[in-house]
Amino acid sequence: MKQLLGFIRKEFRHIFRDPRTMIILFGIPIVQLLLFGYVITTEIKDARIAILDKSHDEVTREITHKLLSSGYFKLDAMLDNEGQIDNIFRQGNVKEVVVFQDDFGKRLKRDGQANVQVIADASDPNTAQLLSNYTNAIVQDYLQKKFVNYKIPLEIKPQVRMLFNESLVGAFMYVPGTMALILIIISAMMTSITIVREKEMGTMEILLVSPLKSHHIIIGKVTPYLILSVINAVTIVILGNLVFGVPVRGSLILLMFVVILYIMLALSLGILISTIAASQFSAMFVSIMALMLPTMLLSGFIYPIDNMPVVLQVLSNIMPARWFIEAVKAVMLKGVGAGYIWKQLLIMAGMTIFFLGISVKKFKLRLE
Amino acid sequence: MENEDIVIRVRDLVKKFGQFVADDHLSFDVYKGEIFGFLGANGAGKTTAIRMLCGLLEPTSGELTVAGLDGFKQREAIKRRIGYMSQKFSLYEDLTVNENIRLFAGIYGIPTRIRKEKTEELLEKLELTSARKKLVRDLPLGWKQKLAFSLAIIHDPSIVFLDEPSGGVDPVTRRRFWDLIYEAAHEGITVFVTTHYMDEAEYCDRVAIMSAGKIVALDTPEALKKEWDATSMDGVFLKLARSNE
Repeated sequence: MKQLLGFIRKEFRHIFRDPRTMIILFGIPIVQLLLFGYVITTEIKDARIAILDKSHDEVTREITHKLLSSGYFKLDAMLDNEGQIDNIFRQGNVKEVVVFQDDFGKRLKRDGQANVQVIADASDPNTAQLLSNYTNAIVQDYLQKKFVNYKIPLEIKPQVRMLFNESLVGAFMYVPGTMALILIIISAMMTSITIVREKEMGTMEILLVSPLKSHHIIIGKVTPYLILSVINAVTIVILGNLVFGVPVRGSLILLMFVVILYIMLALSLGILISTIAASQFSAMFVSIMALMLPTMLLSGFIYPIDNMPVVLQVLSNIMPARWFIEAVKAVMLKGVGAGYIWKQLLIMAGMTIFFLGISVKKFKLRLE
Repeated sequence: MENEDIVIRVRDLVKKFGQFVADDHLSFDVYKGEIFGFLGANGAGKTTAIRMLCGLLEPTSGELTVAGLDGFKQREAIKRRIGYMSQKFSLYEDLTVNENIRLFAGIYGIPTRIRKEKTEELLEKLELTSARKKLVRDLPLGWKQKLAFSLAIIHDPSIVFLDEPSGGVDPVTRRRFWDLIYEAAHEGITVFVTTHYMDEAEYCDRVAIMSAGKIVALDTPEALKKEWDATSMDGVFLKLARSNE
């Protein structure tokens, strides 16, 4: 234990004495969070929606058909009552729920006015905004074409409600995304570089010949990065709250648990990269190409996963960040408990064990 | 009969990587306090051999005893009894002299009180007392080499392995470095050194020369020179190489 502490102390010294490392560790996260506060527009395709039709008449059926055949929406469920709405959003499969009031068709023809409620999951504000706009446009289009020669002017009033993020703040989306990106950079890239550096300098040989066990070496190398990453994650959450007003609605402990699990996952990736990469440069290159870019593009951080080509959607499943972002958004914005994100937690834990397993195997092979 | 003074005992040691035989039936003994040289071109099997002796690699077959411990089953225990210095005199360049000493003393589990004594002793011997707070990066090469060696034996090992310890160092510095090696050997630490500098080979008590995975010669430098009718180890090496072609 004492050996290990001495080793960890040395690792901290490496970090604090290297200005470049310090900039990557503490400068980049803040700059990125502020940069990503700005919005990037995206497109809608096959967004999953649920419909609650209290009227079940010809008009609501036709509007439903029109929505679903537009190519923008895909039916996830027909709901029976309002009580189901909250639940279906918390499960996270559905982006929007459309509610037709009772006697919709009758009211429309009798009073010239009927109400449709559009509720969107605004924890992803870009998508939510686009979805509600599209829905509205389709409904209005239907109205104009269908009742083109009707005697009184008809009106369908859409009432839009943005769930979880009423004011559609872009940062709500970018705080979890930035966390995903930063933690991958620090944990995976920095650890792979620092381990490979020991190989390059020849100090790894000395450590291997010493009585330190190889798992001690690994723990000693990654512990400082685990601690610093947690500090960074906390900083991002605080900054997101103070600057952009991003709330933490769920349990803070659960959020930290998700964060630490993801950091472990990233660290295991870093260790894996270090067993493959021969130089610090190639460790950095592999980290950027294999981790950073896919994390930005495929995790749902910038582009909604639902709109990607099927191949990329499948690919996004193997992005650790995808599951992290889903879990963090659910805890921070929807305020759900562990019961709602067990799938994401399980996947991340599974990935961590898988990557560690390969690393250990590779590590031994390299020695032989 | 087991000789008490044998610290490394190797019999028919073989290491294969798949079909490739890196070390082919090596047999030799190294005695306590001896400076044992291990010579050979790159790829001759030196590195693989030294890795087995250090407990880093498990041999394929044969017998291996290092410091009284079995080279197959007690590899972790062997690591506590040996010191190792690599060709890059690997120290942490961004740590100070003091911090490096403290780190390696810690890794080998030396208690704090003894560590402090040893640190002073070591700094004084190396004349580094005034440079103790300097980063290793800023030290001249010769000092780094001496510091790396002193750290390799900071835990009083029975054997210290030096893997080409004089790369890139000029002959005068090399000579001074060897004074440290003699001193360690005098204190009873066995020194196992690989090198391709032939002047270094002359400093050894006995030398083994490896070629293509086998030991092709093993004796004192004087005896080898006599046998091969050469004036220097350089000559021995050349003649040996030719006869093996």
